[in-house]
Amino acid sequence: MKHKTVYVLALLLAAAGLSLFLYKWQLLGFPITEDRETPVWTIEAAVHFESGPGSIKVNLLVPTLTPGFRVLNENPVSREYGFNLNYGSSGREAQWAVRRADGPQALYYRVSVYQDPRSEQSDTTPPFPPAPVIEEPFKTAVDVIVSDVREQSADTASFTTELLHRLNDRSPDPNVQLLMSNVSSSTQLVETATTLLAAARIPARMVHGFPLAGRQRNAPPVTFLEIHDGDQWRYFNPRTGAEGLPPHFFIWWRGNEPLVGVEGGSSVRVDFAIQQNHVDAVAIARTHASQDDIRILDFSLYSLPIQTQAVYSVLLMIPIGALVMVLMRNFVGIEAFGTFMPVLIALAFRETQLLWGIILFTLLVALGLTIRFLLERLRLLLVPRLASVLIVVVMLMLLISIVSNKLGMDTGLSVALFPMVIIAMTIERMSVMWEERGPADALRAAFGSLLTAVFSYIAMGLNWLEHLIITFPELLLVVLAFVVLAGRYTGYRLLELTRFKVLAKG
Amino acid sequence: MFAVAKRLRAAGVLGLNQRNSEFIMRLNPRKYYPRVDDKVLTKELAMAAGMAVPELYGVIRHQGEVRRFAEIVDARASFVVKPAQGSGGDGITVVTGRSKRKRDTFRLASGVLTTRDEIEHHISNIVGGQYSLSGNPDTALIEYCVMFDPVFDEVSYQGVPDIRVIVYRGYPSMAMVRLPTRASDGKANLHQGAVGAGVDMSTGQTLTGVHHNDHVDEHPDNGALIAGLEIPQWDFILESAARCYEVTGLGYLGVDMVIDRDLGPLILEMNARPGLNIQIANSTGILSRLRRIDAIFAAHETPAERAAVAKREFRAA
Repeated sequence: MKHKTVYVLALLLAAAGLSLFLYKWQLLGFPITEDRETPVWTIEAAVHFESGPGSIKVNLLVPTLTPGFRVLNENPVSREYGFNLNYGSSGREAQWAVRRADGPQALYYRVSVYQDPRSEQSDTTPPFPPAPVIEEPFKTAVDVIVSDVREQSADTASFTTELLHRLNDRSPDPNVQLLMSNVSSSTQLVETATTLLAAARIPARMVHGFPLAGRQRNAPPVTFLEIHDGDQWRYFNPRTGAEGLPPHFFIWWRGNEPLVGVEGGSSVRVDFAIQQNHVDAVAIARTHASQDDIRILDFSLYSLPIQTQAVYSVLLMIPIGALVMVLMRNFVGIEAFGTFMPVLIALAFRETQLLWGIILFTLLVALGLTIRFLLERLRLLLVPRLASVLIVVVMLMLLISIVSNKLGMDTGLSVALFPMVIIAMTIERMSVMWEERGPADALRAAFGSLLTAVFSYIAMGLNWLEHLIITFPELLLVVLAFVVLAGRYTGYRLLELTRFKVLAKG
Repeated sequence: MFAVAKRLRAAGVLGLNQRNSEFIMRLNPRKYYPRVDDKVLTKELAMAAGMAVPELYGVIRHQGEVRRFAEIVDARASFVVKPAQGSGGDGITVVTGRSKRKRDTFRLASGVLTTRDEIEHHISNIVGGQYSLSGNPDTALIEYCVMFDPVFDEVSYQGVPDIRVIVYRGYPSMAMVRLPTRASDGKANLHQGAVGAGVDMSTGQTLTGVHHNDHVDEHPDNGALIAGLEIPQWDFILESAARCYEVTGLGYLGVDMVIDRDLGPLILEMNARPGLNIQIANSTGILSRLRRIDAIFAAHETPAERAAVAKREFRAA
């Protein structure tokens, strides 16, 4: 009955811990390894113009739907301008306004995005476009091209590809030549294609964006053709007719409307600059979760002030040290002073580094032990004697620090980080054991303590483990589950196998 | 490694983890621990149950009472000073006599002379809690020094050999004699280097011994044969041990007894966490015996009946 409770409890703890861990890892994208940094692109649109005499109003189309990307943050830079974000017919618009301004003006809009394949296009299905009203002689040309292309295609996608092939043909037929006579830019080409597609009752629009790569000071927007095949939006390169967007293509705005509109200004120019940097993946996952309004994050370690976080980054590793203690005690069978003293010693090792930690600890305990034996002759009462040992330990620490400093060894200074009460207790316990059970037992227990401390130190110092525990503190539930289970382990300890080996012969 | 574990399992060897979780935590309620951890209380309970214990000369509870020491031992030639809550024999001083000329000089079991000052300092340490399990202030006992029976003369070096019986749910299940050696400084604790000799439960005769986890046939100090010694009043010892179950209420209990030349077997102390080396001393795992007791357990049996069951069931192979 009681056994069952333990197993059920352990199972529940492990399940709770693991499911929360998997949720944060798989769905929120928290990284399980430390060095995972996600590339983040910052795209800045700078609107330059000459101010006119009256009030100024600036409209800039900004990213609305960004398939393949998620927005980490966005912010406008505009000193005395009022700023607003509105939804217009072509998506979101950044609006700046000011009563009056003098001279050349520059307004900035900056957005940081990172790639997220799970971010999909969730646009609505558009209605069929109305047949465009086209004047002759273009109307005939359009009709002929549409019917020709329809002949040679199977579906919307192949229709689009075939159409784009014809429009880009080097030796175009007369109809195409007529339509293309005043087309010079990519944008105009897409505009023409859109008209033709509308004549074929295919919803189509222009998309403008940037292939994100490295650092670009002046990135011209690239225009693509987007059509809806009844199920989803598909992208086509207007020059080649190839389907799909280039890798890392970030869509800024859609439609035929101009990118920027300035009332009360002239000589308008928009420059785009792109910069790539790397941001800690944890930060991104947090932003992502807060955008999606996920409450778990409100209770995470990261919601604490930075200093408190630093404290917890140490505290959260103590359970790992305790886990090592359990393994060493109940599975290996190593004797040590005190229950968790080795963990505390291991914590001190974090500050001193391992080798110096061991040297200083051994030195301190050995010196303290000598003093303790001298004190024994004075026949002091227990508590005053413990206090004396404590005082002597403090002075020894000071001495070691001063001597090592004179010798130019900085590491000796870190001796001050040892918990002196722990050292004093170790010395006392060791001296009692020394007298009562002999040096062999005392040294064995001391060695056991040190060994356990070293293992704890190694376990607590594993970078990946520390990152894992700090990012996913719920994993401590799994540790707890294991420790609870270990509490029911009734098998032999490793050292008992040697201890009882004479009994195994029979 | 797993093969060894498997063989130990087959031999019914009890490990520490299993002892703790399956026997001690299940059968020894924590509230009864003081009955065995506090030797003053143990003595009172045993005496109330009409069992023989070494006579208590005096108790020193505070630092201020330490000077009463001389008065307590004034009429005694020999005595033992021990902490009430000591563990594993730590902090026990055995005084076997005193100097003829200077009454303030005592002779320890090891033959070394010591002064009243030294002993009083030792008592201060005991009262201060140096030897207590928890480090809390403790009480020092001064009691009768057992004149042990000559039966073990040849196989012990100074000190007092004692008999440890593991009593499981009131049934004596395994026993050993602990023989002090020079290395153990006259103490009868195995981890301090004493020799443990297994005992045939049905006859009370010693089997081969164990010294530091290894089998020995002879006493390491004088080469005397350990096996084949007859423990006197074995039936009485078994019955006394069995009665300790009623006295303490502990289901997994170690009972330590000594045999006094004049007074016969005396209960020295009891232990709620008896060690496992007794298995090595007996060359037998204890687990199979505990399981056997579980199978034949009868709540109504008297200590004498339970002792008889032990004699019948646990004959040495």
